[in-house]
Amino acid sequence: MTTKLGFRFGYALLGASLGAFGLACTAAVAAEQITFVSQGGAYQQAQTVAILDPSAKKLGITINQDSIPDAWPAIKTQVGSGKPIWDVVDTPTGYCLRGGEQGLIEKLDFSKIPNAAAMPEAYRNPYSVSYEFYSSVLAFSQKTYPKDAPNSWADFWDVKKFPGRRALRNHPIATLEAALMADGVAPDKLYPLDVDRAFKKLEEIKPSITVWWTSGAQSAQLLNDGEVDMEMAWNGRVSAVAKEGAKVAFTYNQGILQSTSLCILKGAPNLETAVKFLNEAVDPVHQANLPLNIDYGPGNPKAFDTGVIKPERAAQLPSEPANAAKQALMSYAWWSSPAGEAAEKRWAAFMQK
Amino acid sequence: MLALVSPALLVILLLIVLPVGWLAWQSIYHDGFTLEHYRRILSEDIYWRSFALTFEISLLVTVLALVLGYPVAYAANAVPKAWSFVILALVVLPFWTSVLVRAYAWLALLQRTGVINQFLRYIDVIGEPLALVHNTFGTVVATVHILLPFMVLPLYATMQKIPNDLMQAGASLGAGPALTFFRVFLPLSLPGVLAGSTMVFVLCLGFYITPELLGGGRTVMVSMLVSRNVELYNQFGAASAVAVVLLLSVLLIFFVVSRFISLDRVLGQK
Repeated sequence: MTTKLGFRFGYALLGASLGAFGLACTAAVAAEQITFVSQGGAYQQAQTVAILDPSAKKLGITINQDSIPDAWPAIKTQVGSGKPIWDVVDTPTGYCLRGGEQGLIEKLDFSKIPNAAAMPEAYRNPYSVSYEFYSSVLAFSQKTYPKDAPNSWADFWDVKKFPGRRALRNHPIATLEAALMADGVAPDKLYPLDVDRAFKKLEEIKPSITVWWTSGAQSAQLLNDGEVDMEMAWNGRVSAVAKEGAKVAFTYNQGILQSTSLCILKGAPNLETAVKFLNEAVDPVHQANLPLNIDYGPGNPKAFDTGVIKPERAAQLPSEPANAAKQALMSYAWWSSPAGEAAEKRWAAFMQK
Repeated sequence: MLALVSPALLVILLLIVLPVGWLAWQSIYHDGFTLEHYRRILSEDIYWRSFALTFEISLLVTVLALVLGYPVAYAANAVPKAWSFVILALVVLPFWTSVLVRAYAWLALLQRTGVINQFLRYIDVIGEPLALVHNTFGTVVATVHILLPFMVLPLYATMQKIPNDLMQAGASLGAGPALTFFRVFLPLSLPGVLAGSTMVFVLCLGFYITPELLGGGRTVMVSMLVSRNVELYNQFGAASAVAVVLLLSVLLIFFVVSRFISLDRVLGQK
C-alpha cells in the first residue's frame, strides 16, 4: 500500500515537474529570439560588441550566434529542405540578391525597417541592406617601392615602370573591375562591365601574376612574407599586417567598394523578430561602433554623422565619404544578372588556359 | 548473424550509402532527369584539363613516393629492431600532424623569402630566389611528403614477411647482394609496391588543401573543381557529377588492382 502510494506520489511529482518544464519552455519561446549567422573570427567578435549585444539589449531579444566562412551553400540546403534554422545572415551582398531571385531570401518591407529606408538606394536592394563595407584595394610593399608607389590599376598593369611580383584574387569579382580601370574606364562608368575587354586586359597581366589567391589570410601572408610586391587585397587584411609591423601600405584610389549585407532566410523561424533586428542592426549609432572595433566601414553612412567616429579614424575607413568618392561601388545587381553569372563561369576557363 | 551485423550495416547505410546515393541522384536530377552535367564534363575543356592534370600529378607523386619510400622501408626492415622503430617513428610522426600545418610548413620552407631560398642565396649559389612554390613543383613536393607514410607502411609490412632464408639461399647459390635483391627480394616485395602505390595514387586524386595553398591558383585539381562549383557557381549538380566521376575512377582503379592483388592488402589488412 505504502509503496503504491509512494509510486503515485512520485508520478505526481514527475508530472508536476514536467508541467513546470513545459511552462519554462513556452516562456523561453515567448521571449523573442533569432539566430544570426556571420563569418566568424575577429570580425564576428567586433560586431558582437558593437552591434549584436547592444541590439539584443535594446530590443529585449536573445540573439543566438552561429558562424560559417561561406554561408551560401548552407543557405541553399537549409531553405531547400523547407526548415531553415537560421534567421538573419551577414553575407556578401551578391548572395542575398541571387538568393532573393532564387526564392531563398525574404523580400524586405522597408516600411518596417526605417533605418534602412533612410540609407542611400545604392546601399540596399529588395532583399538586403548593406551592413558593413570593405574594399578591394591595391596594396604594395614599401620595401620594394619606398617612393613612387603604384597608385592605380594602370600602375599595377605597368610591369616596366613597376617591376615586381604580383598577386590577384582567384575570383572575377572586383578583378574584372580592376582590369577595366587599368584599361582606362572611369570608376563610375564600369557597369555593365565590358567582360571581353576585361578578360583581354587580364591576359596582358596574367604572365606577371605569381599567385592567384583564394583566401584573405593567404593574401595577407603573401604580402607579409614578401612573396609578392603588390597585390589586390582587402583593406582590413592589409592594415592588420601593417599594424604587426610589416612595411606594407595600400591606396583607396580606384579601390572597389564592396559590402556584406544582412538578409533573412525565406521561411525564417522568427521572421518578425528578424525584421526588427535588421532595422536595429543598421541603426547609425550601433553602426558607428563597428569601426571602433575593426577596420571595416559602417554600412549606414549616417554613422559618420553621429560623432562617434573621430575624423582621424573615419579617414581610414573604406566607406568614409571622401574615400568612397575615390572608389568604384560594386554593382551586385550586375554580378547576379545573367551576364555576371556568365562572367563568373568564364573565369574558370581563363584560369586554366 | 544478421542481427549481430545489422548495427554495423546501419552505420554503413547512414554514413556511406545514403550520402553517396544522394550525391549520384543530385548529379542526374534537376527539375527532372538530366545528363546535362555529365555532358558538360565531357565537352568542356576545363574539366578535361583538370582531370588530366590530377592524374598526371597523382602519377608523378606516386612514382616519387615509391622512389623515396622504397629505400626507407628497406632500411627499416634491414636494420636491428630498435633502429627500425626509430625509422618508422620518423615516418609516422609527421603523419599525425595536420595536413594544413604541413602545407604551411612547406610554404615557409619553399617561398621566395623561405628557408631554402635564403640559404641558397647566403651561400651564393643563386642570385635571384627560385620559384619553388605557388606552382606545380611546390604542390608535388608537399603532396609527396604528406603521402609518403602511405607508401612506406605497406612496403614495410610486405618486406617483413619475406623470409630471410631466401636471401641466404640465394647467397649460398653464389648470387651477389645485387643479384639476390633483384631476383628474389624485389619480386617478393611487389605486392607491397602495388598496395602502397594504389593508396598514394588514390589519395592524391582527391587532394585539396595542398594544391589550393601551394599551387598558386593555377594547379586546379578535380577536388577544387568540386568546391568551386559549389562555392562560386552554386552548381550542386555539376559538383556532384564531378565527384561521381572521381569516385568511379577510384572504384575502377581498385577493380583493376584487385585483379592482381587482394584488396585487403591494399587497404592495410594482412
